[in-house]
Amino acid sequence: METALTVAHPEGAPAVRPAALHVWNLSKTFGGQKALDNATLEVAQGEVHGLLGQNGSGKSTLIKVLAGFHPPDAGSRMQICGAEVPLPLAPGAFRQHRMSFVHQHLGLVPSLTVLENLLIGRLAERHVWAINWMAERRRAIRRFESFGIALDPDNRVADLAPVQRALLAIVRAVDEMGEETGAGNGLLVLDEPTPFLPKRDVEQLFRLVRQVTAKGASAIFVSHDVDEVMEITDRATVLRDGRVVASLMTPMASKTDFIEAIVGRRLAVAPPPAPPQARGRKHFMVHDLSGGSVEGFSLDAGPGEVVGLTGLIGSGYDEIPYLIYGAKKVDRGTFDLAGRGIDLTEMTPSAAIVRGIVLIPADRGVAGVIGQLPVSDNVTMPTIGSTVRRWMLDRRGMVTRARAIGERFEVRPTDPTLPIASLSGGNQQKVVLAKWLQMKPKLILLDEPTQGVDIGARQTVFRHIATAAAAGVAVICASSDYEQLAAICSRVLIFVGGRVVATLEGAAISKEAIAERSLGGAG
Amino acid sequence: MTIFVRRAEQFGLIVVWLALIAVFGVLRPDTFLTWPNFSTILGSQAVLVVVTLGLIIPLTANDFDLSIAFVMTLASMTVAVLNVNYGVGIGWAILAALALGCVVGVINGLLITVFRIHSLIVTLGTGTFLHGFTLWISDSMTISGISPSLMNGVIVDRLFGIPLEFYYAIGLALAIWYLLDYTALGRRILFVGRGREVARLSGINTDRIRIACMVVSGFFGALAGVLYAGTQGAADPVSGISYQLPAFAAAFLGSTSIVPGRFNPWGSTVAVYFLVTGITGLVFLGFSSFIQEMFYGGALVVAVCLSQLVRGRQEQQF
Repeated sequence: METALTVAHPEGAPAVRPAALHVWNLSKTFGGQKALDNATLEVAQGEVHGLLGQNGSGKSTLIKVLAGFHPPDAGSRMQICGAEVPLPLAPGAFRQHRMSFVHQHLGLVPSLTVLENLLIGRLAERHVWAINWMAERRRAIRRFESFGIALDPDNRVADLAPVQRALLAIVRAVDEMGEETGAGNGLLVLDEPTPFLPKRDVEQLFRLVRQVTAKGASAIFVSHDVDEVMEITDRATVLRDGRVVASLMTPMASKTDFIEAIVGRRLAVAPPPAPPQARGRKHFMVHDLSGGSVEGFSLDAGPGEVVGLTGLIGSGYDEIPYLIYGAKKVDRGTFDLAGRGIDLTEMTPSAAIVRGIVLIPADRGVAGVIGQLPVSDNVTMPTIGSTVRRWMLDRRGMVTRARAIGERFEVRPTDPTLPIASLSGGNQQKVVLAKWLQMKPKLILLDEPTQGVDIGARQTVFRHIATAAAAGVAVICASSDYEQLAAICSRVLIFVGGRVVATLEGAAISKEAIAERSLGGAG
Repeated sequence: MTIFVRRAEQFGLIVVWLALIAVFGVLRPDTFLTWPNFSTILGSQAVLVVVTLGLIIPLTANDFDLSIAFVMTLASMTVAVLNVNYGVGIGWAILAALALGCVVGVINGLLITVFRIHSLIVTLGTGTFLHGFTLWISDSMTISGISPSLMNGVIVDRLFGIPLEFYYAIGLALAIWYLLDYTALGRRILFVGRGREVARLSGINTDRIRIACMVVSGFFGALAGVLYAGTQGAADPVSGISYQLPAFAAAFLGSTSIVPGRFNPWGSTVAVYFLVTGITGLVFLGFSSFIQEMFYGGALVVAVCLSQLVRGRQEQQF
């Protein structure tokens, strides 16, 4: 099924102009695994080139090779405007080749002004003993005007709208590109700058990118979002499992071509969603939940159901567990579990726990465990003061109980007096699971439950989730791991822009189907 | 091997303390190694022990209380002003001072949690404010003539030749030991201090715990002020400043012993007496009082370095 759909060079393109960037034979091996396998990327001068692929396809590795962060395997080659560039690049050497990067998190300092942010790169690299703020300010204003952007150099970046921040980061990158005197007209690498932008603002960003390329520079646009890639790019390269599987002329390719290249198989006409099966009695119900980037989310599920939530980064699916749990601010919404209703704006973690709701967060180091404290303390945290005696704590009993719970969850090593930081990620996650499942919850909220967890522990985690579900507990699992969702969920909701756009049930759930719906967007 | 290292960490400070006593004892057997000297050290430093005990509660919750020493001065001054200037009964004056300490704690706690300001900044501000307030109500003068019944209960009456205030301090250490180690509340304070987000997601009301900790430190600061008034029979509007740094030094030094890596009452108590023994001994050897600042300041830096080493090793130990 590995169909490599390749389209030849544009017919009218003058072959005499060397490519702004040409890398080929590019491979990168991490511990025996090929993250990039003989990849090729050619970006013509003045074009916007899309780079697509799922998580783990090798996109970020390719970008990191260009940034000089990873040295590629021997034999990899690179030319910039026809001139051979020896690999590996030293970190930061990309600047001499007039490349410039805008990463997803933009690299701005929120508490500083627009002008200060604009000058960060220059002030960090060179010694300037007399900064002429007036002149710099005038220059910045002229710069913003030339791009038609409304930005006040004296504003704090923290006060800017997300799209203004992105525009500022791009203008800065273009400035830095212009300061070097290397060959070519510059290459702007936009590494997923859009997921956190409102859709209506993305157009502003695209206008800026077009202005930049109109002056002769080129751009690489890395994205998950097929619609955006189709709108802004001239050509696109699709990676899958480290290989280039397609090189598409954007105006000639259809959305299906893109999705098929990314996912790796052509789906027959999408099967109609299975008719909702007659579910058992309702166990819990979320109604019209809004907060963060989530808009109007509703869900009801029966006992024992495992509901998966997914989508692309920034689509809001991963905020649902925290919103239901009262750990993140809710704008509106109601919740009902086993007949007990509550306005979600009043929910707090302790109220959630009392109702039998538990949350297993994704960020284990910050929100899941306290690394310096022993396993026993981490396990007893929610029960202390309720099932554990409040005064004259039975310390030895707590350790004994923690040991028993740990054994049930196969935590290794078994000594509960060890600081939890000394355990592997998988065993830490088992402790977190044990900590919450001992509460005999009615609803389990999971966020990336197997992130940074080894394969053996992953099986343990799955088994305990399945056991709990079999006993009638409802489970909501937010995850970006489609394979995992396909393995454990009876229903998967797919988010785009804060809303559910598709629901897959039963046999219709597969890794490919989830990927396709996530990429396909609302259309 | 590891058990040996752990024991050395636990009891190292006590061993060093005893060694210090031995050295000064050999050098100045007639003056240093006498019972009156010991009972003076044990008794007079009870105030510092109470301030330090008050500090370790918010420190366990990972909050600093820089205002505690100023609460102490304010409390002693409140007792003096009410008792001496206004003729209020000593019991009521003490109650008023303690209540004032709790109020300052509530204000500190609310500023920290409601406005999400770092405790260091909040208490630096409130502490300095209280210092000025103390100077105002006292006209920047020492007020003496506090009811002798307070002095009797604090420093004059003795048990086994040691002033009663020493036993008060030990009693408070016992109470804090119980609170931190044997109650759910104590565990929660530790959880809040070590992993605020984990604690919050575990259903612990982290704001309420942090406010409560500031109230405890305010109360202990006021209690130390009352004891100070009892020790001196007077209130001095600038006395607190000289307790601020020693208390932090003792708290951090104490966190390297008995229960290494955690702020704990017994370690803090030992640390106070270790520091005071060192200073007293050096003064007996003929150093003048500048040695006090050098010793306390040096001890704070050494203590923080040591506690960092202890924590570092704990993380890599296994």
